[in-house]
Formats: sequence, structure tokens, C-alpha cells
Amino acid sequence: MSLTAAAMPRYRQPTRRNTELALIAFAFVVCAFGYVQCDLAVLGHLADNTIPVLSAIASIALVAHVAIRLLAPNADVVLVPVALAINMIGLTMIHRLDLAEAQRAARNGTTPPSPDVYSQLTWTALGVILFIAILYFVRDHRILQRYTYTAMLIGLLLLLLPLVPGIGATINGATLWVRLGRLSFQPGEIAKIMLTIFFAGYLTQTRDSLALVRTKVLGIEFPRGRDLGPLLVAWFISLAVLVFERDLGTSLLFFGLFVALLYVATQRRSWLVIGAILFLTGAVFSYLAFGHVRLRVNVWLNPFGDEANTGYQIAQGLYGFASGGMFGSGLGQGYPQLVPYAKSDFIIASLGEELGLIGLFAILTMYAIIVERGLRTAVACRDVFGTLLASGLAIVMALQVFIVVGGVTRLIPLTGLTTPFLAQGGSSLISNWIAVALIVRISDTTRRPEPDVVALEDAMTQVISR
Amino acid sequence: MIRSIRRLAVVMSVLLIALMANATYLQYFAASSIRNRPANTRVLLEEYSRERGPILLGSTAIAQSVRTADQLKFLRTYADGPMYAPATGYYSLVYGATGIERTENSVLSGSDDRFFVDRLQHLFAGRGVKGGAVRLTLNPAAQKAAYDGLAGRTGAVVAIDPRTGAILALASSPSFDTNLLSSHKPSDIRAAYAALSADPKQPMLNRPLVMTLPPGSTFKLVTAAAALESGRYTATTQVPGPKELKLPDTTKVLRNWSGTACGPNEKTTLENALAISCNTAFASIGMDLGADVLRQQAQKFGFDTNFDIPLHAAKSRFPDILDAPQTAMAAIGQYDVSATALQMAMVGAAIGNHGQVMYPYLVSQVLSPNLTPLDTAQPSVFSQAMSPANAATLLNMMVTVVDRGTGSNAKIPGVVVGGKTGTAQTAPGLPPHAWFVSVAPADPGGNSSIAVAVVLQNGGGAAEVSGNKLAAPIARAVMQAVLTP
Repeated sequence: MSLTAAAMPRYRQPTRRNTELALIAFAFVVCAFGYVQCDLAVLGHLADNTIPVLSAIASIALVAHVAIRLLAPNADVVLVPVALAINMIGLTMIHRLDLAEAQRAARNGTTPPSPDVYSQLTWTALGVILFIAILYFVRDHRILQRYTYTAMLIGLLLLLLPLVPGIGATINGATLWVRLGRLSFQPGEIAKIMLTIFFAGYLTQTRDSLALVRTKVLGIEFPRGRDLGPLLVAWFISLAVLVFERDLGTSLLFFGLFVALLYVATQRRSWLVIGAILFLTGAVFSYLAFGHVRLRVNVWLNPFGDEANTGYQIAQGLYGFASGGMFGSGLGQGYPQLVPYAKSDFIIASLGEELGLIGLFAILTMYAIIVERGLRTAVACRDVFGTLLASGLAIVMALQVFIVVGGVTRLIPLTGLTTPFLAQGGSSLISNWIAVALIVRISDTTRRPEPDVVALEDAMTQVISR
Repeated sequence: MIRSIRRLAVVMSVLLIALMANATYLQYFAASSIRNRPANTRVLLEEYSRERGPILLGSTAIAQSVRTADQLKFLRTYADGPMYAPATGYYSLVYGATGIERTENSVLSGSDDRFFVDRLQHLFAGRGVKGGAVRLTLNPAAQKAAYDGLAGRTGAVVAIDPRTGAILALASSPSFDTNLLSSHKPSDIRAAYAALSADPKQPMLNRPLVMTLPPGSTFKLVTAAAALESGRYTATTQVPGPKELKLPDTTKVLRNWSGTACGPNEKTTLENALAISCNTAFASIGMDLGADVLRQQAQKFGFDTNFDIPLHAAKSRFPDILDAPQTAMAAIGQYDVSATALQMAMVGAAIGNHGQVMYPYLVSQVLSPNLTPLDTAQPSVFSQAMSPANAATLLNMMVTVVDRGTGSNAKIPGVVVGGKTGTAQTAPGLPPHAWFVSVAPADPGGNSSIAVAVVLQNGGGAAEVSGNKLAAPIARAVMQAVLTP
């Protein structure tokens, strides 16, 4: 910044970055306590890797904070601390399950598997690096609007990638993985971001005609047939994901996102009605047509019916929740390792068991805070694209948490989605950090003070410079 | 757009509330019913992760949990498993718990309300909860004498302290090693269980408590007690003792095991009739007293009552309806009269305890995890089966049985011993059951300190001598173990 600008007195909104630092520090202290508690409960002493891992977590948190100070100084102060807190809780639970696996290996006399907390930590670091990269390269979120159709293309390609022979992998009946050598990746997670950008951009352009041109059917105003096109396309893509990749969760997520964004963009409730009808049609159709959907529904209705086989995972998860009760067994004192995929799909059951109902409420509240901050950013944003993008990202987060937590707690049928920031898995972590980066960017742009007159010179030189 | 975003925020809140309400249902309201489903292995793991308290005799543990390296952190191990199996029972991953392991589970597992303060301390100390200890009344020497005496035979021994009802010995043969069923390998446990179940000798049967057999001539103690209590008989009353007794309304003839009359002129005293175990005399007395009098006397001794010591003992039975010949047979412990070894030990104990029947019990003390006594058993009276004077008379008659009658093998030098032999007929072709009931010391006016009942299932020879020959030496060894350590 030039000397003159610094010397000139002017009004600045407080950025409250120190508050953010305090929140991050608080999150870290809570996480560190949990981490140490796991060690003490399971081992009776600190694990060898505890100090290095905690140091790494602290460094990552600190780097993220410094990056925000430099790159998005006016952004919302709560988002990143809460995201970091959930991320840290996930790392703690993965570490706790690592300890259980090491113990089992010791009992069986086999070599202990390498701790998963390392790879999760690496992905966290990568997620934060991408977070910083986005803040650095995307100085204004409106730039993204230019890439509306590029985002669509990338998003659809990513969605279909698992179907490519040779690299696609079917895990537990769902084809939502891509394997390249030792690396496996869930492209649907990144597609989620791309399609949100696309929906936001597309609706920014078309919202007026979607909102204003109507025909009346049975006394209710409905959009014209040609305006229905995009919605039907989204519906078909969702169904295709369901049919070909057998991925209930992703399918539901995209369709829900699109309908919600349509409603935000047009303010027409008829879209919700149409969306609901299409959803129900799709749901009934897939129940009748696909064995795997029927199976999921049957297990949902009667989880203890075939407890030894199809209902095993959900039943084990429910036992975990029930054993945890109100206060939980305490970290390291339950048996979350009995649930298949305790670190990934069912990590919420692991947390419910050891932290209890109270811990679960706390985690759900943290997600609610992220969603609330996202929607608040959307409301405060001055441009349509930013509003749609921020609300879209918040809606994705909310829907995803609802679908996965609802599935694991048997509120709705179980589907294969990851719990944002908590579950083990690189693609999920990365995409959620990207989502937070975008909301932070929009929030920063929105709350940025009006540029000074002096800055005009700088702006001019920037336009010319190469 | 702001309005629709606000509305969406409301929808999101509804979703959040739905998740929270559902989680509350799952983790609070439905928690215990889900948790207690049999397929939930957590309950078992939880149970095994706690150090289960020991079962003690004096200060020696006969069952204790030792730390292991596997997932079930503690292994239940039994010292002298087969010897103490009828008391301890087993604690099995697959088949649950039996015996004291089952009845005292809340103490041993540490979940008993009496441990509330201990649990609270452990909670704050962050350490696992440890179970409390149970101390048994068994006398190790008596138990060993009983178990060793039964070696190679099928039968049971019960010894009771007549003054309190404390059970001093509880042995069964053949027995089984409780360690086999308490291992951590389900496949091993299942194999061991299958083998034990298939064994025709029924090693897992808790004979002293649940095996009911006709008590044979030992039941003459009850008939004699009824006779004395009726006031119409004394020890010296002349009773009929013919060689054969024709039972009324039938063609059956009851004979004495000796094949001779019980005394000159086919008459003898009550005392002598007991001493030589005269069948015709007691059958006559039984018919004279009637079934109701016999039944009432038997019930005062504990027949037709369930005893939980706290292990559940089978009910000893005196039949409900009897005609005259059946009464005659019942009076000598045949027909449908059946008794456990525990019951017959209680009969001997009551006679040695001035006619008073004490409730039998196996647990003397409940101790906290740090072995502070929390509860000590208080002996309680079940009934006054006979007057102290009549009890003294009957005790004296029992001494005669040992001194110069059928129970000579129970003699202990320097100790006055009272006893009664018994041989119960079973199905034709099978050897009879051999019984022996004894009580000592049996000095007039003194206090007896041990009563023993021994039964050998189908173990006797053809005649009355079998009770004396086979069962009495076991009873003597058990009494000696307690009286002359």
C-alpha cells in the first residue's frame, strides 16, 4: 500500500481478525484435549505421534488464519474457525480409531496399519492450501461467473468419470470412485462445487424469464415448457447418477440443490412444487426399478431384520449411538471400531457413541453455524451471482449433512455421502475447503470498504500492466 | 431473493431440528432398548472390560479375573474348577453365567447399587470400574473331602453348619472344569459345551441342589420325628417289627432288608428300629400316623419349599395324596418321596440344632472392590421342626445308629457322631441309590457343628449296607475335615 494511502485517515469497519484467531485457538485447545484424552484412555500415555500431529494441526490452522489476514481481511470471522474445529474433531476421531486398529493388530500379532490420521492430515493441509490458492487467485468471486459453462462441463465430466472403464471403481455397490494407481478419488465431491458455480451462473442469466413468464394450470402459475428444460435436464442427470453409478446420495444432493437455487433465484414456490413432484416420481420409480434402492429402504424400515448381513452396518451404528446415550462413553472409552467404515461414512456414529447426544448436538450446531454464515453472506452480497453462489454452497452443506447424518441415525434411508470436514477421505475434505474458500471470498468482497479515490491510479496501472 | 433465502433458512432449521429430535430419540428414549438387543456385542465387551470381582473362600480366590492381551480384557479363571463348579458356576461368553456367577452378578460386575460411591470415585478418577467380591460359606477342607470322596462315583454331598444354615460343602460328581466354558474363544467354548452336554453322566448337572431322588431309609428320620412329635411315641416305645408286612388293600408284601424280624416277638423299640433301619416298623408307624402327619413333618423340615441359597435348589417333594400302602412306602422314603442332598442335610442339621431348621445359604459376605465388607449374611430360622427335647431324643437315636447299628462306618474317634443310612430302590435292574445323613458332634445337650448328606446315584449294592459301606465314609471324611483339622 502506498504511503499516501496509509497516511490518510479514513473510516474502516473493524475486521475482528483477532476474534477469529481467538476462536481458532479455542478450537485447537478443545481438539488437543480430545486428542490427548484418546491417548490416555486407550494407551494410558501419549502416543508417539501425538505431539507432531498436534503441532502440524496448529501450524495448518495458523497458516489458514494468516492467509485470511492477508488475502481476505474483511471476511466473516466465524466460518474458518468452525470449519477448522470440525476438521480437527474428525482428525481426533480418526486418530482414536487408529489406536483401536493398532491394538487389534497387537492382539492378533500382525503389523499395525499405518495411521490414517497422517493421510487425513495431509489432505487437510492440501485442502487449506487450495483454500489459500482460491483466496489468492480469485480476488473477486464475480470472475467465476465467466466460467459458468466451463464449470458445467467440468462438473458433468467429473460426475461421469467413475463410469469410464479402467479408472472407475465400484465400492460397496456405488460407482462413485476413480482410481489412479494407489490414489482413489470421489470426483462427485468436486463436481458438487462446479455444478454449484454453474447453477449460480446459469440462474443469474435466466432468472428473469424463469420468474416472470408463466402459464396458468389449474389456477396455479407454472413456468413455460421451454423454461422447464434446464430443470428436467438436472432431474435426468440426477437419475442417471442414480441409475448408472447407484449413488443415491449424490443424486439427491444435486437435485435438491438445483431446486433450492431455482427457488432462491425466482422466488416462485411453483418450482418447489414441481421439484417435489419430480423427486417423488424419481423416488418411486427408483424404488420399483432398482434392487439396491429397495434394499436401502427395507434396511431403513427394519434395520434389525437382517442384522447379520444387509442391516449389519446400520445396526452397529445404531448400537453405537444407543450405547453412547446422553453423555457418551468418553473419547477412547467406547467401541466405535465395531462399526464398519467408522472413520468415513459412519464417523458420526463414532462421535455419537463417544461424545454422546450432547457432542452430536454440538457438531450439528457447528454445521448449522457454517450454513447460517453462508446464507448470511448470500443475503449481504450485492450481486446476484454472489448471492446464488453463497446460498448454493450453504445449501449443499446443509443438504449433505442432513442426508448423511439422517441416514446414519435412521431418519431417512442410508445413502453414501461423506460428512463434511469430519469423514476420512481426501476429495471430500478438499471440496469442502474450496466451498468455504468461496464463501469467505464472497463475504470478503461484500464487506470490503469502498475503494479510496487514490486507489484509482493503481487501478489504471493494473489494467494496463502485464 | 432475500425473502426466499430466509424461507430456505427456515427449511434448513426444520431439517436440523428433525436431525436433533431423531438423535434424541435414538440416544435417549430408545437407547436402552436398542442397547440391550442380544446382537449388541458392546454390552459384552463392556462387561468384560471391567475387572470382575473374585469369589472368595476365606481370603483365597476360587474364581478371579486376570488381565489378558485380547479384546476382552479380562479372563475368568477358576482354581479347582471341577471341585467348586456346583457353587461358582461358570461365566461364559457364549452361554452366559450360572451359579454364584449368575446370582451375584451385580456384585461381581460392579453394577450393584451398594457400589454407588465406588463407581463415583472411579468416574472422577477416570479409571475403569472394578467389581466387588463375594465370600462363600464353603469350608475348603470339607469341600475337598467331599469332592475327593465322590471321585469315580456319581453323586452329591452337602454339608451344613446346623447352627446357622451356612453351607460348608457342596460337591457334585462327575463334575466339569468351569475354565473350559469361560475362555475367550467361542469355538472352544461351544465344543466344550457340546461335549459336556453329550456326556451321559451329565457332568454339568448340579447334583447337590437339583437332583431329587427317593431318600430311602434316611427319610425314617422324618417319620421318627413325626412319631416323637405326635406324643404317642418315645424312643423306647414298642413298635411292630415283623419279618414281612402285608400292605393293606394290595397283594404287596414289605420286607426287611435283613430278611428277619426286627426283634423278639416281631416287636422292637423305636430306637432299635431306627438303628437297624427296620422297614416294617417304620411302615407301620407311617400308617399309624397317617400321610398328613408325615407330610406336615416333612414340610417343617423344608420339603415342598423352594430354597434359593441364592442358587436355586429343586423342591424336595412329599406326595399330595396317598392311600395306606403308599403311606407305608412313603414313610420309609420310597414311592414318590424325593429329596435333594441339600434337603436331607437340612434334616440332619435340624436334629442337631435342637429341632430348628435354618435357611441354608452359600454367601457369607459381600465385599466392595477394595474388599471392605459391605454385607454379612444373617442366619435366619426357617421353622421349628420339632421340640428341642424330641430333637435331643432323635439325635441320641442317630448316635445309636452309628454306635451299634447300620451306620458304623461314620464313627470318628473322640467324637460322638449321629447318622442314618439309606438305600433307595429305583427302577428294576438298576442298583439302588445309597444315602447317608449324619450330624456331629452329637453329645447330649451340646451343639452340633456339622451335618452332612451324601447320596450316590445308583451307586449302592443290593442291600442296606451300601449306605454304610459307600456313603458313610465320605460323610465321615467331611465331618473330620471340619471337626479335627
